[in-house]
Amino acid sequence: MKIRWMVLVMVLGLFLTACSSEPATLNVMVHDSFVISTDVVAEFENINKVKVNFILSGDAGSMLNKAILTKDAPISDILYGVDNTFLSRALSESIFEAYDSPLLKQIPDQFELDPGHQALPVDFGDVCINYDKSYFTDKGLTAPAFLEDLTNPEYKGLLVVENPATSSPGLAFLLATIAEYGPDGYLTYWQKLKDNGLVIVNDWNTAYYTNFSGSSGKGLQPMVVSYSGSPAAEVFFSDPKVDEAPTASLVGKNMCFRQIEFVGILKGSKNRALAEKFVDYMLSKRFQEDIPLNMFVFPANESAILPVEFTEFVQVSEQPAVLSADKISVNREQWMEAWRALMLN
Amino acid sequence: MAVPLAFMGLFYFFPLGKLVGLSFSQSSSAINKPINWQIITGASGFTFFQAGLSTFLTVLLGLPAAYLFGRFNFPGKNALRIASTLPFILPTVVVAAGFNALIGPKGWLNLVLMGILRSPIPVINIQNTLAAILLAHVFYNTSIVIRIVGSALAQLDHKLEDAAQTLGASPWKTFIKVTLPLIMPSILSSILLVFLFNFTSFGVILMMGGPHFTTLEVEIYIQTMQYLNLPLAGILSLIQLGFTMFVTFLVMRKGDRGLGVPVMPRLKQEGLRTPDKVWEKAFTFIMVFLLLFLLTSPILSLVVRSFSVTAPAINGGTGERIQFSLNYYRELFINRQLSLFYVPPIKAVWNSLKFAGLSAFISLVLGMMLAYGLKSGKHLRSITLLMMLPLGTSAVTLGLGFFTAFSSMSGSQRWVGLLIPLVHALISLPFVLRVVQPALLSIPDNLKFAAQSLGAKPLELWRFIELPIIWRALMTAAVYAFTISLGEFGATSFLSRPDMPTMPIAIFRYLNLPGSSNYGQAMAMAVIILFVCIISMAFLDRLQFNPNSGTQ
Repeated sequence: MKIRWMVLVMVLGLFLTACSSEPATLNVMVHDSFVISTDVVAEFENINKVKVNFILSGDAGSMLNKAILTKDAPISDILYGVDNTFLSRALSESIFEAYDSPLLKQIPDQFELDPGHQALPVDFGDVCINYDKSYFTDKGLTAPAFLEDLTNPEYKGLLVVENPATSSPGLAFLLATIAEYGPDGYLTYWQKLKDNGLVIVNDWNTAYYTNFSGSSGKGLQPMVVSYSGSPAAEVFFSDPKVDEAPTASLVGKNMCFRQIEFVGILKGSKNRALAEKFVDYMLSKRFQEDIPLNMFVFPANESAILPVEFTEFVQVSEQPAVLSADKISVNREQWMEAWRALMLN
Repeated sequence: MAVPLAFMGLFYFFPLGKLVGLSFSQSSSAINKPINWQIITGASGFTFFQAGLSTFLTVLLGLPAAYLFGRFNFPGKNALRIASTLPFILPTVVVAAGFNALIGPKGWLNLVLMGILRSPIPVINIQNTLAAILLAHVFYNTSIVIRIVGSALAQLDHKLEDAAQTLGASPWKTFIKVTLPLIMPSILSSILLVFLFNFTSFGVILMMGGPHFTTLEVEIYIQTMQYLNLPLAGILSLIQLGFTMFVTFLVMRKGDRGLGVPVMPRLKQEGLRTPDKVWEKAFTFIMVFLLLFLLTSPILSLVVRSFSVTAPAINGGTGERIQFSLNYYRELFINRQLSLFYVPPIKAVWNSLKFAGLSAFISLVLGMMLAYGLKSGKHLRSITLLMMLPLGTSAVTLGLGFFTAFSSMSGSQRWVGLLIPLVHALISLPFVLRVVQPALLSIPDNLKFAAQSLGAKPLELWRFIELPIIWRALMTAAVYAFTISLGEFGATSFLSRPDMPTMPIAIFRYLNLPGSSNYGQAMAMAVIILFVCIISMAFLDRLQFNPNSGTQ
């Protein structure tokens, strides 16, 4: 009998500990791939006597939609992580306030897609096909050099991609094919991929960890749509340790799609001055140099020095696929629907 | 009565209303888009089809299993009961990994079969098939039938069956004419719950079924989070809710008729015996084997995976060696990168337990209030229907509703820690109600009259007569409220904060990046969840089945 009351008291105790108070804060909305080092944030907090509170808000698309839904009563001062595929939606919904940060001059012009300075570039990374190096060596296969090569019979059933409707790398790869073949030709290309045994799954997790033969899941496909930073992560997070990447990226013309991620101050922020300081801090060398080994993307600031894992294991695409943010914004849904009708029926 | 209704109003109708309001005030161009009926009919049809088929298969395995648990004692029974409930708490990412380690292209079972059949290609290949969806649903939900129907069987009054047999009925006839009608309400309850879980299933469809299958829930997610097409998402949600209510209504009508006479519940496990006839032994053996194979082997393969490290072959030979190692567990406790979002496993475990305890407490209290309020029979049907709504609401909708309704509140940050258990309690409440209500209704009135005439005060009556009788049902409900909360990912991901991650969220963070260490640590974290869950369930089961804890 006693035990029953003990349970009750314990539960009540839990109830009370669940609520506790906190100091004044600067809120930063981020997507759930955001990672940064504790001391980098602590440094900012100590100098500015503020607590930075990160609000994890799902993937990039979900996060943006949450910000749009709450734009009349914003829940955050800053939003980080909207990328060039969603930039136009963010700008047309006018969720940001313009801020012309002095640090923008350290960032190459090619990344500044918003001349109104509402969205400031922080980092970039390429969505590329990763391939399992040992599979290709064992079978004596050469790696495809162009998108067109993927339709060749020797690569039949060897590629897994993500559904663009449920996955951001999936969407990026779809956009790469549109950049290569144009809005009129990309479906013909996808039909050929389909005939060549293309495997489609819904999310990056399944594609990478269940289907890809180069990951710990040991799947059947030796090629997967992932990121150019993934081979570096395979080395960095290896256990047992390896000193060479088991995977590499295919970086031929238009095979990679460059994702640029932006930060902006949300309209209605009550901490404008602090928010500006934090945006500056994110663009500064200290923060920028912490980005690569946490998020496995490149810092936008040119003065940031890259870690050795990046210079050694990450290939940079010389000719990444390019599509303007406006074009993407206008056509995204139509492209996705047409893709869905062709590939999933 | 007023409290649970107010709870529903504040934490269900208010957030959803807010979301509906927002979707109409949206400046988005989506408003003017024509509605794609093909999406709606396609998704509805498939949702029904897969939910029906999954439920059928689950019940097909679950009913004999419930009979096994409700009638027989066998070695390892308690362990098997707990093992069969474990799938319930595992996030789909992890279940997918478990199945992959077992029946994936390089899974152990496949390797064995390839060896036996000398096949160069994997024998079993179910990724992106309906079979994968069905298998996962059976894996997840069989325990619902086992627990609900099994405990109903165990507390049946044995004398009724004995009487039937004395009057010359064959065992088969006794089962059909006496036993079955008596446990029918609990069978229907479990069918309903299993159906609703399958009906609103999300992760399984998305990750194991693949992009060729879309259910209403998946479509709501795509329309809401990717296209921001809230009007279409709204229509889909309404259809999903409508179907939920309709199915609940049908089952309740059947159930009301099935529940005939109140039966004196048996408190000691007098209906349980060791299997002695040949068929009983065979039945026990086959069922135990089936349950172990279907429900436990994917989990075991996960556990093995978390302890094994793949090392390259020595002397430059080809192939790989697999070694036992505790590395992934050790790494879990080290913040290598000094990352801000590093989650010490103890903290994730503590958060999860805290949320689960709170959620179970809230839903049990509210469930009891409701069950008592509904005893008078007034509005019974409409209120029960109302309370089933959260089960039929997509986690995306619920999470987004909570998010829009409460995140902009001043001081909301402080309340986040409470929002998660609240949303979990909302999801568990229908479960608690479905389990507690039949138990409460089964108490014969003459028991209470007897106690009253002997001078028992209302509180004493509750404490010494009613509570002991419904105690087992309450604990079954607690097990589920607890496990639902431990495993819930969808709605939690909308509300969680980086400094308050639950265990499923922590696993998800590991699997966000490539690398064997991340993969291994995710598996190790999953095994820790399993371990925590085994302990908590063993504790709850002890409360439930210990004859000294109030049932005498």
